[in-house]
Amino acid sequence: MDVEILSRIQFALTVAFHYIYPPLSIGLGLIMVVMEGRYLWTKEVVYHEMARFWTRIFALTFGIGVATGIVMEFEFGTNWATYSRYVGDVFGSALAAEGIFAFALESGFLGILIFGWNRVSPRIHFIATLGVWLGSMFSAVWIVVANSWQQTPAGFHVVGEGMEARAEITDFWAMVFNPSSVDRLTHVWIGAFLAGAFLVMSVHAWYLLKNRYVALSKRAFGIALWVAVVASLAQLLTGHHSAEGVAVNQPAKLAAMEGHFDSLAAADMYLMGWVNTETETVTGIGIPGGLSFLLYQDFEAPVTGLGAFPKEDRPGAVNAVFQFYHIMVAIGMMLIGLSLLGLYFWFRGRLFDQRWLLRIFVLAVILPQVANQAGWFSAEMGRQPWVVYGLLRTSDALSEAVTANQVWFSLILFSVVYALLLALFLYLLNKKIQAGPHHHEEGDHQSRQEERIGAIS
Amino acid sequence: MATILGLDYPTLWFLVVGGLFSGYAILDGFDLGAGALHLFLRKEQSRRLALNAVGPVWDGNEVWLVIGGGALFAGFPPVYATLLSAMYIPFILFLVLIIFRAISIEFRSKEPMRWWRQTWDISYSVSSVGIALLLGVVLGNVLLGFPLESGYRVRGHWLQFLNPYALMVGLSTVALFAMHGAIYLTMKTEGRLFVKIHLLLKRATIFFVVSFGITTLYTLLYIPHLSDQFKQAPVLFVLPLAAFLSIANIPRLVSRKQYGWAFFFSSLTVALLLGLVAVELYPVMLLSTISPEYSLDVYRAAASEKSLGIMLLIAAIGAPLVLAYTAFVFWTFKGKVKLDDTSY
Ligand code: HDD
Ligand code: HEM
Ligand code: HEM
Repeated sequence: MDVEILSRIQFALTVAFHYIYPPLSIGLGLIMVVMEGRYLWTKEVVYHEMARFWTRIFALTFGIGVATGIVMEFEFGTNWATYSRYVGDVFGSALAAEGIFAFALESGFLGILIFGWNRVSPRIHFIATLGVWLGSMFSAVWIVVANSWQQTPAGFHVVGEGMEARAEITDFWAMVFNPSSVDRLTHVWIGAFLAGAFLVMSVHAWYLLKNRYVALSKRAFGIALWVAVVASLAQLLTGHHSAEGVAVNQPAKLAAMEGHFDSLAAADMYLMGWVNTETETVTGIGIPGGLSFLLYQDFEAPVTGLGAFPKEDRPGAVNAVFQFYHIMVAIGMMLIGLSLLGLYFWFRGRLFDQRWLLRIFVLAVILPQVANQAGWFSAEMGRQPWVVYGLLRTSDALSEAVTANQVWFSLILFSVVYALLLALFLYLLNKKIQAGPHHHEEGDHQSRQEERIGAIS
Repeated sequence: MATILGLDYPTLWFLVVGGLFSGYAILDGFDLGAGALHLFLRKEQSRRLALNAVGPVWDGNEVWLVIGGGALFAGFPPVYATLLSAMYIPFILFLVLIIFRAISIEFRSKEPMRWWRQTWDISYSVSSVGIALLLGVVLGNVLLGFPLESGYRVRGHWLQFLNPYALMVGLSTVALFAMHGAIYLTMKTEGRLFVKIHLLLKRATIFFVVSFGITTLYTLLYIPHLSDQFKQAPVLFVLPLAAFLSIANIPRLVSRKQYGWAFFFSSLTVALLLGLVAVELYPVMLLSTISPEYSLDVYRAAASEKSLGIMLLIAAIGAPLVLAYTAFVFWTFKGKVKLDDTSY
């Protein structure tokens, strides 16, 4: 395999792994802010306890998020040197802003969030939690802006030629508010809220099934359920908006998402299906003309298809883009269904008697994770063969100085390390969940602590 | 070309990047140093105290690396891209060590088993030493220059980056951080652990003075291009002089038990040494040993003036904020470490 494909695999692996954690950190952050806010408001200890419990889990996701994020930042330079030189002028400022405004805020207050419970007043602690959460929201802003600029470049001009060619910024705000950034940012944020909310519901549904921490779990579940209801409905809106944007700015991507080839025909919308790129047809079930209707409110309107693009300008893996996209949308619908069902029973006051529903919620934690990954894969694979849409090809973006053997080395190393990391994460997550909210790590009293330490050393 | 206080934008941004990496070396330097000394502490209680001395701040310290990396990427994209891709393997190892260090700190106290804690302690210490060593190796190679050809290609095998000079700089970096970390720990500990740390501090200081002396001699004898700037402008000799005075001051302050001041001077030493590097290099950032025409200097590598202007504004707004909450966090956790139910 050559450097290009290896580097792409490595990037996909490392970023997909990284992206397990940020949505959890962002989503849990929001829910912790609500919990602590309720505690300050009502002074009920139960909110304090749930906030502390979730802080411990948050510390875990956040820690791995940071460690794997640093890899991402430097990977642009190690594996995509030409790309970095090309986009640095435009893209670097977003990354620098991310560091100074977002990461510094998160990591600064993280110490107080995790270690400060006994050191600062509840009010200051709440501010620290808020700071960490806002920091994580900001960090999503800059990284998504940067990625959106790659998808729909704006506010720049190209100077130089050949190896020296690069994009230079001409209008900062046009770069920040490029045609896709707002739609995609809101979509990514809400995807993160869903990831957090469904984790909280999963854990508390499990406690309820086991009859543990019942009073606390009911309240915590209620908070997360509300987040999930609002977020899952909003996600449909932002997703739809994104699709409209893609139709205008990246027609080849949209065509790949629905497997649409013929530019003179109306485009269908599939519930599920399979794309045959040889015969350029889709077998599946769906609404004939559905995509046309969604975009133009007209079942007959023609939609630009892949046929309009020369082969070398089309995404390489049309079926994969199609599948990832449909998985995401299908999960989006399931999340709406589940949240509304939960809400219905909640209003009737019988939610916590529906053991079957609680069981589904225990398992549903996986759904937003899959949707988040699938969403990125369809967005990024649909952008191919461009790394900067219409300007720089992925195959031209590589590092001249790096050989295939070196990338093999790093790819294997990252695979092994990440597998270990995932195993440790799941093990410790499970352990913390088993231990539950009332368990205080290492004991509350100095004396008990000394005892334990004595026993260990 | 636009200027502020008589300095053009590329030079200003060079100073910003230098300042960020100095901040990183000072802040993460002490927790990397604490990590390097970790295995010399034998008792479980001591290790936990030492770990929790850096517990609430190490993550914030590491952010300076993230910001510094972002600033380099943004301000000098070709330098960022060329440096990282040329030294591919060392940087990949560096990243893997960063991961291991983070999870060692995070995970070690989560299980009581002896083997578990011992494993993470080793991983914590080894990764701390490895990170410091690799940072030094990168610095050493930047000082030496690279076999950079046209089209940003690099001649030769990557093993050339593990040359004796670079390794020597790496070793000095480990020693410097170990000393710096030991001083930090003296401020955070008491009782028998404090006595132990004090002993380690003495050894680390000797280690640093010796390795630093060798590196300096090596530089003066074999890498003449690095002293060119000083020959041209003898006023610049204040800088090495200040560095030597600052180093000499550390043992003096330690013997007078003024640990806070000793920490100040070890921080100053880190900053002065990096300042020295900056003066030796400027305006070149990546020196090509093949032909000066392939070298990257601040002007050739700088992002557009527009972009630099925006980022200077961002930095001017952001820096006071970062300093304010860094100070707040350190203040919240001031004084000797105490373990409680939130500790690692
Ligand atoms: C939707 C949000 C999002 C997305 C798309 C990404 N990240 Fe991320 N990243 C975060 C949201 C985030 C986060 C929530 O801010 C962190 C902090 C803790 C965590 O779990 O994730 C994080 C941590 C984190 C860190 C460590 C920061 C620290 O030391 O505190 C770096 C350097 C990056 N990321 C860089 C990247 C890069 C280069 C990405 C793209 C390829 C990327 N992240 C995608
Ligand atoms: C969390 C956020 C992101 C996710 C989940 C993500 C996902 C992916 C995936 C799955 C691929 C592989 C696509 C393929 O090989 O077909 C990819 C490739 C890539 N992405 Fe992203 N991406 C993210 C953010 C970014 C950002 C912010 C940038 C840069 C500004 C970026 C730049 C690239 C590059 C350079 C490649 C490799 C070339 C390519 O295959 O396109 N990505 N990304
Ligand atoms: C409900 C129906 C949904 C629709 C119609 C929809 C639509 C879209 C579209 C069109 C894109 C591509 C945007 C682009 O390439 O510019 C996208 C990307 C994405 N989707 Fe969705 N989506 C839906 C649900 C979800 C859900 C439930 C999640 C996660 C919980 C999710 C997470 C993502 C992510 C992470 C991306 C990649 C980032 C981006 O490009 O915005 N989506 N979605």
